[in-house]
Amino acid sequence: MTAHDLKLSRRETLRGMAGLVIGVALPLPALAQSGAARAFQPGSGSAAFVPNAFVRVGADDTVTVLIKHIEFGQGPFTGLSTLVAEEMDADWSKVRAEHAPANAELYKNFAFGAQGTGGSTAMANSYEQMRKAGAAARAMLVQAAAQAWGVPASEITVEQGVLRHASGRQGRFGEFAEAASRLPVPADPPLKDPSRFRLIGRDRAVSRLDSAAKSNGTAQFTIDIREPEMLTVLVARPPRFGAKVASFDDKATRAVPGVVDVKPISSGVAVYANGFWPARKGREALRVTWDEAGAERRSSDQLIAEYRALARRPGVVASAHGDVEAALARAERVIEAEFVFPYLAHAPMEPLDGFLRWDGATAVARLGSQLQTGDHMTIAKILGLTPDKVELQTMLAGGSFGRRAQQTMHFAAELAGSAKAIGPGRPVKLVWTREDDIRGGYYRSLFVHRFRGGLRDGKVTAWASTSVGQSILGGSPFEAMIKNGIDPTSVEGANELPYAIADFRCDLHTTQVGVPVLWWRSVGHTHTGYAVECFVDELLQATGQDPVAGRLAMMSNAPRAAGVLRAVAQLAGWSGPGPVNGRARGVAVVESFDSFIAEIAEVSAERGGEPRVHKVWCAVDCGVPVNPDVIRAQMEGGIGFGLGHALFGEIALDEGRPVPANFDTYRSLRIHEMPEVEVTILPSTEKPTGVGEPGVPPIGPAVANAMARLGLGRPRQLPIVRGTA
Amino acid sequence: MANYDINVNGRIHSVDVEPDTPLLWVLRDAIGLTGTKFGCGIAQCGACTVFLDGRPLRSCSLPVASIGTAQVTTIEGLSGREAEAVQRAWVTRDVPQCGYCQSGQVMSAVALLRKTPKPDDRDIDLAMNGNICRCATYVRIRAAIKDAAVTLGG
Repeated sequence: MTAHDLKLSRRETLRGMAGLVIGVALPLPALAQSGAARAFQPGSGSAAFVPNAFVRVGADDTVTVLIKHIEFGQGPFTGLSTLVAEEMDADWSKVRAEHAPANAELYKNFAFGAQGTGGSTAMANSYEQMRKAGAAARAMLVQAAAQAWGVPASEITVEQGVLRHASGRQGRFGEFAEAASRLPVPADPPLKDPSRFRLIGRDRAVSRLDSAAKSNGTAQFTIDIREPEMLTVLVARPPRFGAKVASFDDKATRAVPGVVDVKPISSGVAVYANGFWPARKGREALRVTWDEAGAERRSSDQLIAEYRALARRPGVVASAHGDVEAALARAERVIEAEFVFPYLAHAPMEPLDGFLRWDGATAVARLGSQLQTGDHMTIAKILGLTPDKVELQTMLAGGSFGRRAQQTMHFAAELAGSAKAIGPGRPVKLVWTREDDIRGGYYRSLFVHRFRGGLRDGKVTAWASTSVGQSILGGSPFEAMIKNGIDPTSVEGANELPYAIADFRCDLHTTQVGVPVLWWRSVGHTHTGYAVECFVDELLQATGQDPVAGRLAMMSNAPRAAGVLRAVAQLAGWSGPGPVNGRARGVAVVESFDSFIAEIAEVSAERGGEPRVHKVWCAVDCGVPVNPDVIRAQMEGGIGFGLGHALFGEIALDEGRPVPANFDTYRSLRIHEMPEVEVTILPSTEKPTGVGEPGVPPIGPAVANAMARLGLGRPRQLPIVRGTA
Repeated sequence: MANYDINVNGRIHSVDVEPDTPLLWVLRDAIGLTGTKFGCGIAQCGACTVFLDGRPLRSCSLPVASIGTAQVTTIEGLSGREAEAVQRAWVTRDVPQCGYCQSGQVMSAVALLRKTPKPDDRDIDLAMNGNICRCATYVRIRAAIKDAAVTLGG
């Protein structure tokens, strides 16, 4: 590509963006109600200067950053804006963030090749892109000022959104926004040397952009969308996965005041009403006969028994070195352990929901979309429109933990299907209730891991693991990621250890079960992290080694993992696992999504043998720590999320039917169960990596390893506290 | 359908809904006050917390027919020194992550500080353990409540 082509494509980009920026393509009510526009008002003078697809500068000095990743708590609004503001030398109080529209070309995630958020990639794949976007904007503003003042651009300095020249002349970004917009866009603007960073890596240099709107009720989520003529839709879905509607009787439903219509759709029977309450009452009154011929009918206990039997046979090898069977045969002692993990629901606070307006020729969809490209294409296809006739606006979402990114795009399909069934001209808001959410599948897979460890001369000499569970990627658009029969999300964390063990094998049985499964905050590491870190701890205990020193002795090839382990030991003042005064300490270290986290949990035994977690120390190495306080918040939240599920989380199936239905039976961590958390962030010059997920995996095993020192044993089946919901 | 005149944030709203409609859906769907959130529908998560004559209650499980002349306060109508202190502390500490439960958390925290100006950890546990935060922002919620208490006491 020549410089000319590049400039041209930039210009086209600009032209494409301008339409979106001024809201021509987006009908006004939608614009007014979009989370971005309402909660993060860009100011009256916006869009005077649009150097690229990510930055808009208003005549009122406002710098609006378009965020290609969904904000559902992990902080991309703040984090990606920090990158732009850093390179622009912008005034943070003038910085606003909004979701970018769905546009795979402009806003693809470089890790996916499509627009979407997941795998803790937001910062990693945006770091250079957003800095360059900011640097280009800065260069153009400087050039505009240089021309206006008749001075060389190189003599102009920028600080906090103010351009200055030694002659005494100065001006704000807004004053040069229009002039800058007429200049060519630099193709490859130089980036700051990290030594000159004022925001990146500086603790509390910026505050979150969304805190105020999320503390006073003004932040707009999908569930808050209201439009004239809009109908609320609830769908009756089958009680068992794989069942279908055989027939239904909607007489009682139609008699409910407020119910407007009832339609069969591919996922069940849709009830359309003026508001949530009549829709819910109408759905309750519906009588549906289900065709369960193809339904999954196994109970969790049955699946676990089948998986345990499979785990005794070698599976497809995911990775191996040395000769593990020979090494086990030579070992002085072989320790075996089997770990069982239940299905888990994500249960984000805002259940799945989406809005769609369709007039037969065009459509506007607004939802907390985590895979915008997939959702966009799915909606267009179902409505029989080309994608350019469908606008997709990403809304703030009340959590996800993976739930809003489905490999099947089932939610977008249900949204489009419910709009199509009632016909053009009736905007719909599809809402899942909490019961729909907890019983709706797309769970973290049920898994069994069987481990065998060989000990000789006081050392771990052999390690074999067999994992059994469903594949997330199989049969999905992501199937190409499956190599040699191994879904990497089933074995990640088990197929490569930070520990140097001469003879090693990790193999896998992939099971076929009719329960839809999905990535769940930290994916495979949710179960492999627990199993590996409990098992290594057990082996170290069996050889009389200290949990920290014993791990470090095997980590010669894992310097960054060893680094966080040393750091957390120092932070906690580690002097062995205890117990001391009834409190024991457990440790775990897990690398996930290229970030390294070690945690130490201090635990006592409550009456009845339940663990009480008092404090957690956490050390993080996520490369350049862009927003230290956001990283800290993600560690605190990840620890709470991981702890709640390790202690209480289980979706048991009874003859195929999920047993829990709501937070009364799917127990969530509450404030009195939340430990104190202390976080240390390691300085680094490595490229930044994610923090949304990696805080989760170490907490479960850290607690379990402390329990072992309290004489409670390392729980071999999760949740730790069973049957207490 | 039946007509109800309910007092929300100091204004009388006339709504035409079924008597069993929970206050939550009257606020959200009939009146258009969407700051109060739906999380579970069975008074387990606290996302729908509002004040009824100053007392925090779960609006998802409160039929509109039972409201009578009681004064309803939602996050949109929240005011007073405790509210200001709590909301300022929430922003200073950057408490919210996804933010969806935070209206309910703020309501419960304000109710706590109005009753107990200097809460200890146990008071905070008791007042706040009806509010679930799936992002687990609990560490910061606790710290922000203590900050607000200091502000109010100072």
